[in-house]
Formats: sequence, C-alpha cells, structure tokens
Amino acid sequence: MQGLLWTAAVLAVLPLVAIVTHIVGSGFAALSTSLFFKSPAPAGVSGGGMANGIAGTLLLVAMASVIGLPLGIGAGLFLAERAGTRLARITRFVADVLSGLPSIVLGIVAWELIVRPSGQFSAIAGGVALGALMLPLVARATEEMVRLVPNALRESALALGYSQWRTSLTVVLRTALPGVLTAVLVALARVAGETAPLLFTALGNAYWSLNPTEPIAALPLQIFSYAQSPYDDQRAQAWAGAFLLLVLIAGLSLIARLVVRARQRLLRAGPSRTDAP
Amino acid sequence: MPETPADRAYRGYTTLSAIAIPALVCVLAVLIARAALPALAADSGVSVIGRTWDVGRGQFGLLPALVGTLTTSFFALCIAAPLGLGAAVVAAELAPRPLRAPLAFLLDLLAAIPSVVYGLWALAVVVPLLRTRVMPALADAFPNAALVAGPQYGPSMLAAVLVLAIMILPYISAVAREVLLAVPRTQRDAALALGATRWEMIRDAVLPYARTGLIGGVMLGLGRALGETMAVTMVIGNRHTLPTSLFEPGYTLSSLLANEFGEASAEGHVSALMAAACLLLGVTLLVNGLAQWLVWRTQHGRIGDHRGAD
Repeated sequence: MQGLLWTAAVLAVLPLVAIVTHIVGSGFAALSTSLFFKSPAPAGVSGGGMANGIAGTLLLVAMASVIGLPLGIGAGLFLAERAGTRLARITRFVADVLSGLPSIVLGIVAWELIVRPSGQFSAIAGGVALGALMLPLVARATEEMVRLVPNALRESALALGYSQWRTSLTVVLRTALPGVLTAVLVALARVAGETAPLLFTALGNAYWSLNPTEPIAALPLQIFSYAQSPYDDQRAQAWAGAFLLLVLIAGLSLIARLVVRARQRLLRAGPSRTDAP
Repeated sequence: MPETPADRAYRGYTTLSAIAIPALVCVLAVLIARAALPALAADSGVSVIGRTWDVGRGQFGLLPALVGTLTTSFFALCIAAPLGLGAAVVAAELAPRPLRAPLAFLLDLLAAIPSVVYGLWALAVVVPLLRTRVMPALADAFPNAALVAGPQYGPSMLAAVLVLAIMILPYISAVAREVLLAVPRTQRDAALALGATRWEMIRDAVLPYARTGLIGGVMLGLGRALGETMAVTMVIGNRHTLPTSLFEPGYTLSSLLANEFGEASAEGHVSALMAAACLLLGVTLLVNGLAQWLVWRTQHGRIGDHRGAD
C-alpha cells in the first residue's frame, strides 16, 4: 500500500517534469531579442515578436491590481478583524466559492457589463475581469496573514492610545505586510497567465497598443492563437511565450518565497526591530 | 476610546470591501441569468436535451456540450483523485521530513502553470502520443469496448480527460494535504499509544478523521475540471455531436463559450451561449458549494478557534 502511495506521488510530479523540460527546451531555443522588441509579423512571414503581448499583459495586470488590491486587502482586513460577524462568514464562504468558479464566467460578466454597452472590446474590460478574479484570492490570503499577527501587538498599540484605524493599518497590517505582499504576488502570477477571461474582453491585438479603450494583446492570448497555427515560426513563438510566462510566474513565486523566508528570519531574531511609535 | 471620524472611515472602507465580494457574485448571477432569459422562450431553439447545434437555423441543443463537460470531468477525476490523494498522503505523512516541503512545493508549482501552457504542451506532446501510440494500443487491448473504439485522430475526449487529470491533480493534493495536516495531534498520539505502526496510525486514525475534508478536496478538483477552459478547448476537437467513445472529438460547455462567444452576434446565439454559461455556473456552484462545506466541516475545529471579533 505504501508502495502504491509513493507511486502515486511520483506519477503526480512526473507531468511537471515533462512540461517544464519541454517548455524550457523548446521555449529557450525560440527566444530572441526581436521577441521582446517587435510586434508580430504577418502570418507566414518569419520574424516579429511578442512585444505587444508582453506590454499588454503588464498593463492588464496593472489594471487588475488597481481594482483587486484595495478591495481585496480591505475585505481581508475585515475578515480577520471581525471574524465572527455574519458578514464575515458570508464573505468568506462566497470568496471561496468565487475563486472556484470557471474564470471564463468572469469574462462573460465583463463582456455584459462593459463590452456590450460600449460596443467594442477593450483592455479595460479585460482588466475588470482579471481584477474580479484577483479579488477573492487577495482577500482570503490577506485574512490568513493578518490573523497570524499576535493579538498582543494589537492590544499594546490600543493600550498606548492608538486609535483603531492606526492600530489596524500602521501596526497590524504593517506587521503582516510581507505576508500580504507574498499573497499579492501569488495572485498576480495567477491572473497574468489567465486566458479565458480575456477572450472576449481584451480580445487580443496584432499591433502595438496601450490604449485602454481598444482591444489589447496579451501573452496568454498570443500563445493560444499561435499554438494552433500552421506556421512553424508562430508555433515556436508560442513556446517562447510560454517560457516567458513560466519565468514570470516562477519569478513572482520565488520572490514571494524569499519574502517569507526573510520575514521568518526577522521574527526569529526577536522583537528588537520594532521601532516603537 | 471613542470612535473618531477616521475610525469610521476605516471601518466603512473594510466593510464595503467585504460587501463587494458577495455583491460581485450577485451581480454576476443576475447579469448572466438576465441575459439567458430569452433562451427560456419556447421559440428560442435553445434546449438542454437538444442534440443539434446549428447557428444558421437557430437550433441550439446543449446536450453534447453538457455531456462532454460531465464525462470528461468524471473520467479525469477517476484518474486524478487516487493519484492526488496518494501524493497528499505521501507529502503530509509518509515522506521523510526534509522531503515533505519540496514535494508540496512541486505540487504547488504544477498548480501555478497557466491553463494555456498546459494546452500548448498537450497539443504538441500528448495528442501526437495518443494518435501514434496510446490509441492503437488501447484499441488492440480492448477490441470490444465501445469506450475506446472509433477513429484515432488525436484530438479527442481522451486527450481532454488526460489534460484535465494532470491539471486538477495538484488542486486535489493541495487541499487534501491541508486537511491531513489539520488532523489533531492527539488523534495520532492515541493511535500510536495503542501500539499502531505509523502506517496503521495513518490508515485507522488519520484518514477516517479527515475523510469528509478529503472528499471535499476531490470535489474541489471536480469543480476545477468542470470549469476548465483553455487546455480542454485546445485538445478536445470541438465537435457538436454526442460522443459515444473517448476517441471521438467532443465539446464542453466552457470550450463552447471560449470558441463562440466572441463571435456571436445574433441575439438568439448570444442568449443560447448565456444559457450554456448558466448551466456551467449552476453545475460548478453546486459542486463547489458542497466541496467548500465539506472542507470547512473538517477544518472547523481549527478555523473556529481563532480570536473572535474585537
């Protein structure tokens, strides 16, 4: 039985090895400077790059953060500080259910809210869809991190005459900040690779554009359309794009891990660093 | 200490943020339901049990996509659940301590790979492999099984099943691992004190205690599989017929949306797709709600004892 379980664990990790080696192999080979600095060449013409997709993904993620971060962190604070209230229980449950919904549904909502009334696909609609996707992730993770802050810290601040909001923001949230930052990076990594919510919001664009009211290119969308392309050049670029996306995501998770580790070291070093107010 | 205006502003901000999440879900449900409403009309051509999808003639039968969604998810779960649970037991209990964290990290990494990248890989590696090796071998091994009969193109229900299984596996094992770690120490100590070996402790004390949560984890994986879009769209073949074999191309609700929503212009077509979205939403909500509840029930002891409202 134990042997079977070990076999299961090995089989579970095997696809990861296969995927990563394949992407690094095919993707790295297709990397070139024009990939970063040029927009796509017409189909069938060799050359060109994914500069518009890279810029588009960064812009979309930035727009998603503008929506997802303030609301997500606020909701997380509420969930941690008023854990027992009815609203907290409802929000927690709904957030968990929301993060399990198919992401394409958020694309449909953004389409119905923005694309249909305005009559055109736009980067804003894509940003809204990704922001909604981020919201529950950031909220739940912020809650977890804020809860880890010892209650004594909050009580000391209050005892020193700090008002509620100052205690929450400058003492509790500040202490939890590295953890919250980690959660934010993980959420960014997640939305950066999303394709389905962008299909009929941001739509994709073969040209360079940073106009938020127009269709915009995104790395995952380009990978999707190039993957099924009959042209070798485009397929190679799909692998290069996947490699870039993977590097971006692994980089964000790695930074997140380093932040956590640095924080643990600080905590172990003791409370001497608390620059008392 | 009396509440200052700044305190009130802070409280208002966090409360509004907390309300935003349920509000978003309400907006989502209302918008999609409203947009799907025309599909309920008798002459809309939209039918959950209809088999024909013909946009030109206004016939929108959702049965092939619905069946595709349910069957691919079911078979994917049959593969991923045992593997994912097994991996979780190893990562949480069996592996030597220094190995546990890296194993969990690898599984987390697998969950972080974007869907479209899985699709790209599956299209380039899994589909050709199926066409040249796996499908002929399966057809030879089970010559009378209807499930593995038919044309051997590559893009097929089977390809979708395999990709889905690989994709939901890390979700299942992540939740299962959390649930296993939440089993109280006393439960383990009691079993060990009675003379159980480590494996007996896991089998008789840990797993039964965690059972509800483990089922919840598997159902969360099912929820993922039902809604998974990009990778499936890329390998399933996208054909509007009721599949009779895993070798045939098929369709799922989410890949139907991914392929047709952006290009739908006729009012009837849009509302038919909205009806498909409703169906997808209903199925995933049901599965996810149940799953969350099961996981929550196992972890309740751990979550409930946090400090209360201040």
